Amino acid sequence: MAVRPKELGPKKRFAQVVIYFELIVVLVIVLIPVLWIFSTSFSKTNSVSDLNLIPRNFTTLNYKEIFTETDFAKWYRNTFIVAVLTMIATIIVNAFTAFIFARFPFKGRKPLLMFIMLFSMFPSFLALTAIYVICLNFNLLNNIYTLVIIYTAGSIPGNIFLVRGYLLNIPRTLDEAAFIDGASKLQVFWRVVMPLASPILAFIAVTSFMGPWFDFILPRMLISANEKTTVALGLFKFVNPQDPSYNVNYFAAASMIVATPIAALQMGFQRFLVTGITAGANKGE
Amino acid sequence: MHFLSAGMSAVIWGSGQFRNRQWLKGLFFLFVQALLVFTELITGTWNVLTGVAEGHFRNCGFFIRGIWGLVTLGEIPRTSSQVKIYDHSTMLMIGGLVAITLLIPFGVIYVINIRDAYVTAKKLRQGERVSSLSSIKGAFERNFEYISISPGLILMTFISLLPVLFSLLVVFTNYNTNNIPPRNLIDWVGFRTFADIFQLPIWTGTFVYLFVWTVIWAFLAAFTSYGAGLLQAMMINSPLIRAKKFFRGIYMLPWAIPAYISLLTFKNAFHSAGPINRFLLELGAVDSPIPFLSSTGWARACLVIVNMWLGFPYFMALISGVIATINPEINEAAEIDGASSMQLFRKITFPYIISATAPQIIFSVTFNFNNFGAVFYLTGGGPSNPDLRFAGATDILISWIYKLTVDQRMYNYAAAMSIFIFILLATFSGLNLRRTRAFKED
Repeated sequence: MAVRPKELGPKKRFAQVVIYFELIVVLVIVLIPVLWIFSTSFSKTNSVSDLNLIPRNFTTLNYKEIFTETDFAKWYRNTFIVAVLTMIATIIVNAFTAFIFARFPFKGRKPLLMFIMLFSMFPSFLALTAIYVICLNFNLLNNIYTLVIIYTAGSIPGNIFLVRGYLLNIPRTLDEAAFIDGASKLQVFWRVVMPLASPILAFIAVTSFMGPWFDFILPRMLISANEKTTVALGLFKFVNPQDPSYNVNYFAAASMIVATPIAALQMGFQRFLVTGITAGANKGE
Repeated sequence: MHFLSAGMSAVIWGSGQFRNRQWLKGLFFLFVQALLVFTELITGTWNVLTGVAEGHFRNCGFFIRGIWGLVTLGEIPRTSSQVKIYDHSTMLMIGGLVAITLLIPFGVIYVINIRDAYVTAKKLRQGERVSSLSSIKGAFERNFEYISISPGLILMTFISLLPVLFSLLVVFTNYNTNNIPPRNLIDWVGFRTFADIFQLPIWTGTFVYLFVWTVIWAFLAAFTSYGAGLLQAMMINSPLIRAKKFFRGIYMLPWAIPAYISLLTFKNAFHSAGPINRFLLELGAVDSPIPFLSSTGWARACLVIVNMWLGFPYFMALISGVIATINPEINEAAEIDGASSMQLFRKITFPYIISATAPQIIFSVTFNFNNFGAVFYLTGGGPSNPDLRFAGATDILISWIYKLTVDQRMYNYAAAMSIFIFILLATFSGLNLRRTRAFKED
């Protein structure tokens, strides 16, 4: 698509320069905070005022110390377990429920959809107070599997609409043909609809896997034991001046370790992410 | 005598089915009843060992105690550690809600049990013989949809519905820092919480101030992110540009990095002794550090700008995806007719993008209305403002609710606010969603 410079007239040439200039300015703006984190993770300064674009007193010690001096490895492991289980549960529950909502006309479907939609509107914090009391009552505090259940339940309202919207665009003739061939509803789900829906499922997989790495509030409410902590909670300790484990360099190093695979994952799945977010688009026409 | 079967099932579940010689089905209903009774029995103490009057509801099992607790919210506060028998109001409230929620499916099964006994007995009289197995199978086939969605619905009931109901109930109580169980009991107070919010000037003032800022923030945040995303999408997709993949890849970074990491980094960067101020001072652009996060205007500006940094990649990706679906022939035809690229954008591309992404814009407004993370991590709601009750100048309603809940323990006020936000957003997005095709379809 790119046009070679020599083919351009002076006006287009000027436009090209302007666009490149804009792109590079934005590039710098995007990269500076990333560089701050990067270079702070290789510095030994431990002060807010020393966010630098180039590491000061270069050292790799931070990366070693967060594993030897802190419980970072445990936090990482916890978050990883929660993320994987949440991903699996989210895919199963949402795919199947959305399949039913997309394909079978049953009594009360519309009110139920409306009802589910409403839930996504409720501010989650107040829900959290109640969830906290419920968990306290049923002895579910300080348990990473509680997080999995809550993340999965929380994913339902948004994702059902997404998957259902996607499934509505898959022609029904395919599953009708399968039904005629004697397939059961479950077989149609597994063999016909799921493979066709894989882009949107990949989207849900990636977003639900990333959720626990991003979320702070829920673990903050439900987890107090250090060995059950997730990374978001742990990182906040590093950057909170009131906390005994306050250490900006540790924060930066830990951030690098957390953000690099997540960012790589997101980049790698960019195609699916774009599919996912555009699945909801084009509906407004 | 089909009434007899129904009557029998009404007393002992499944007994009517036994009379109809549907053993398997009868056993199932009997088992459900046994489960209910057994749960009630083993969760209660049902004796006088505790020293409280015999037969008091407190000593009943989970279900009866639950309903009693929900109605009374307890009777004995734990005024000192010597008090061994006491009621914990919030626990009772949640317990009651859970009990009622669990009783609903039992009630449904009970009704089915009676109706089934009646219907089957009638059929028997007409000479029809239906075995348990085939009727169970039939029921499964008929209710396949409901059975399939039930795991999801059950999860939502306990994780989403119960908390919403709990908040709804809390609004009508005096559950706040003055009444913290188990030291105090909570009481039902009717509409007093609402009365306080709309009668005490400091509460009303805070609410109005924060509400106005929240609305401004929600639209500003959504449209600046959208605008920046649109601009970058147009720039990247320009035919004059190479290395699109490179630019796009880098631009996706703010979306790919966990937001709290970037937000906390920005917080440090905007610090009065942080790198931005240091740079400006060294450059000689300012004489004294700019109070980025400690003056209201600057803090709000920072919030919008940082949110734009975080939010534009999403819209850039979205809009790029939409642009890819525009039929190139339309553009070519317009170009042949002599349209300039600016006209092309204004008359064709832009309207198309807007109409395709309208639901996402609306979603983004509602998301930012409740964008707790941006406020909490970047400014923490600050700078402080003495005119506001438990809130700072950049607090939005949701972060105020957080402070009211976690820091101030004003649960009833926080619940009232949550319900207000809930109604507002549900109306706003409900109206908009109904217009989109995704909902009209079928």
